[in-house]
Amino acid sequence: MNIVVLVKQVPDSGAERTLSAGDNTVERGSANNVINEMDEYAIEEALKIKEAHGGEVTVLTMGPERASESIRKALSMGPDKAVHIQDGALHGSCAVATSKVLAAALGTLSADLIICGAESTDGRVQVLPHMLAERLGIAALTGARKLTVDGDTLTAERQTDEGYEIVTGSTPAVVSVWDTINEPRYPSFKGIMAAKKKPVQTLALADLGVSAEEVGFPGATSTVVEFAKRPPRSAGTKITDDGTGGEQLVQFLVSEKFV
Amino acid sequence: MAEVLVVVEASQAAGVKKVTLEMLTIARSLGSVSAVVLGGDGAAAELAAKLGEYGAEKIYAGEGDEVDGYLVAPKATAVAELVRRVQPAAVLLASTQEGKEIAGRLAVKLDNGLLTDAVEVAEDGTATQVVFAGSTIVKSKVTRGLPIVTIRPNSVTPVPSAATPSVERLTIQATDADKLTRVVERVAEQKGSRPELTEASIVVSGGRGVGNADNFKLVEEMADLLGGAVGASRAAVDSGYYPHQFQVGQTGKTVSPQLYVALGISGAIQHRAGMQTSKTIVAVNKDAEAPIFELADFGVVGDLFKVVPQANEEIRKRK
Repeated sequence: MNIVVLVKQVPDSGAERTLSAGDNTVERGSANNVINEMDEYAIEEALKIKEAHGGEVTVLTMGPERASESIRKALSMGPDKAVHIQDGALHGSCAVATSKVLAAALGTLSADLIICGAESTDGRVQVLPHMLAERLGIAALTGARKLTVDGDTLTAERQTDEGYEIVTGSTPAVVSVWDTINEPRYPSFKGIMAAKKKPVQTLALADLGVSAEEVGFPGATSTVVEFAKRPPRSAGTKITDDGTGGEQLVQFLVSEKFV
Repeated sequence: MAEVLVVVEASQAAGVKKVTLEMLTIARSLGSVSAVVLGGDGAAAELAAKLGEYGAEKIYAGEGDEVDGYLVAPKATAVAELVRRVQPAAVLLASTQEGKEIAGRLAVKLDNGLLTDAVEVAEDGTATQVVFAGSTIVKSKVTRGLPIVTIRPNSVTPVPSAATPSVERLTIQATDADKLTRVVERVAEQKGSRPELTEASIVVSGGRGVGNADNFKLVEEMADLLGGAVGASRAAVDSGYYPHQFQVGQTGKTVSPQLYVALGISGAIQHRAGMQTSKTIVAVNKDAEAPIFELADFGVVGDLFKVVPQANEEIRKRK
C-alpha cells in the first residue's frame, strides 16, 4: 500500500507562541519548531500498516526551508522518503489555499492512503482532511481512534462527543487520527542515521501547476484584522488546608453562587 | 433582512445542543434566522419547537439515510446548494469536529473563506477567536465570499426569542463522491445524565493526583453535586484513570465553563490550553508550587482525599 503521511511543522505548544506583528501570521522564525504532535501518531499508524501489509510510506510537508528539520525527524521514525513543498509565495496561505496545494501534490503521488493528525496544535482548525477529500473526490475517515485495514476496505472508530461512530470506506482515502490510536515509536539511533540518507524531493508551486496568485496573501480567503495578548489571569486566594479546606472551598463556591 | 443560516447540531440524548442555541442567539444580530436541520427521518419535527423558541423563523429540513448514512459530505452538499439558492448573509456552524468538517467542505465547494472557533461575530462578519491556548485574541474576516464561521461552545449565553418557524423540505442530492464513507453505527458512551463536557457550565476535572481510576468517583461525586461535567487531564487519561473523550487540554477538549474545578492537576501548559478561558477556576493540589495556582481564583493547598470529601459533604448539607 502506498501511504502518504502529512506532517506539519508547528511552534512548540509547550512554549510561548504569538503572531508576527508585521503580517499577523503565526510567528515561526523565533519559535522552537517541532512536528505537530498529532502527526507523530499518523506516522506511527502508517508504519504499522506498512509493516502488516507492505508498501511504502512518504512524508509530505508544506512549509518553509526550516521545516526540513521536522522532515528528517519524521523520517527517523521509519518512513521511506519525503516530499517538501517549499515556495516563498506560500507564506500567508489560508486553509483553503493550503488544501489546494496539498491536493495538487497528492495528485502526483498516487497514494492509496493519506494519513494525517486530526488537528494541528497551532491552528486547531481540523478542516484539512475533509478539504482534501472534497478536492480529490476520495473517502474521508476522520477523527479515528482505531483503524482496520482489510484489503482495500478501511474501517475506523471515529471519536465523537457522545462516544464513537463506526465508519467505513475504500481506498483511496484520507484518514485523520487522534492520539488515542497508538503509541508512536521513538526514533532509534539507526533510524536517525538512516534518515540522513533518505530521499527528500523539493517541489515548488510551478511543479504543481498552482500559480502564486492562488496562494499566500494574494490568494487568502480570510485575513487576521488585528490581534492582542489576552491579559494573563491573576492568582486569587490561596489557602493551605488546616482541616477546613473543603469547607472554605465551598464557602467560596457559595459566594460565587455556584452552590 | 438577509437570511443567516445556522447549521443545527443536535444529539440523540439531548436534542438541540446548547451550542446551537448560542448560534441562534448570535445569528439574530446578523439577520433573519434560518435553522438547517440535517439528520435522520423526523429530525426537524423533533427539534422545531426548541429552534423556534430561540428565534428560528425558518427551518430547512434535509432528512433521511441519504444525508444521515454517510460521513459529513452529503451535509456539506446540502448546505452548499442552499447557500447558492438563498444567498445568505452568513453561515454559522458549531465548532465541533463535524461542524468544522462541514465548514471545510463548504469552503472548498464555494471557494470561500472560513473562520473556526469564533467566540463572537460582529454585524460586519468580523469574528473574534481566542488562540494559542487562550493567550491571544484575534479578530478575523472572511475576504472571499460570505462569512462561514464556526462557533465555539460556551461563547455566549443563549437568549430565547420566540418565533414560529415555517418548515421547508430540502431534496438532498448527494453525489457518488459524497457517499464514499458510510456511517455503519453510532455508539453512545456518555455516562449517566451529566452535561456534555464542552457545553457544561461547570466542569470538575481530575489529574494525576487522583491516583487511580477508582478514585475518580470522588471527582464524579463533586461534578454530580454541582450539576457539572467530568473532565480529566492528559496525565490522568494516559495513566488509564479516565476515558480519552473527557480529556481537557491542548490535545483534547477546550472548555470554557463558568466554573472549572481542578483536582490533583498541576496545570502544565498542555492542560491550561484547554481550560484557561474558564470564568472562575478553583484548584486543589498538594503541591503549593503547582502552576495551576497561578490561574486559580481560589486554591487549596492540601490533600485532595481530605479536602474533596469534606467539600462534597458541605455541598450536600447546603443543598
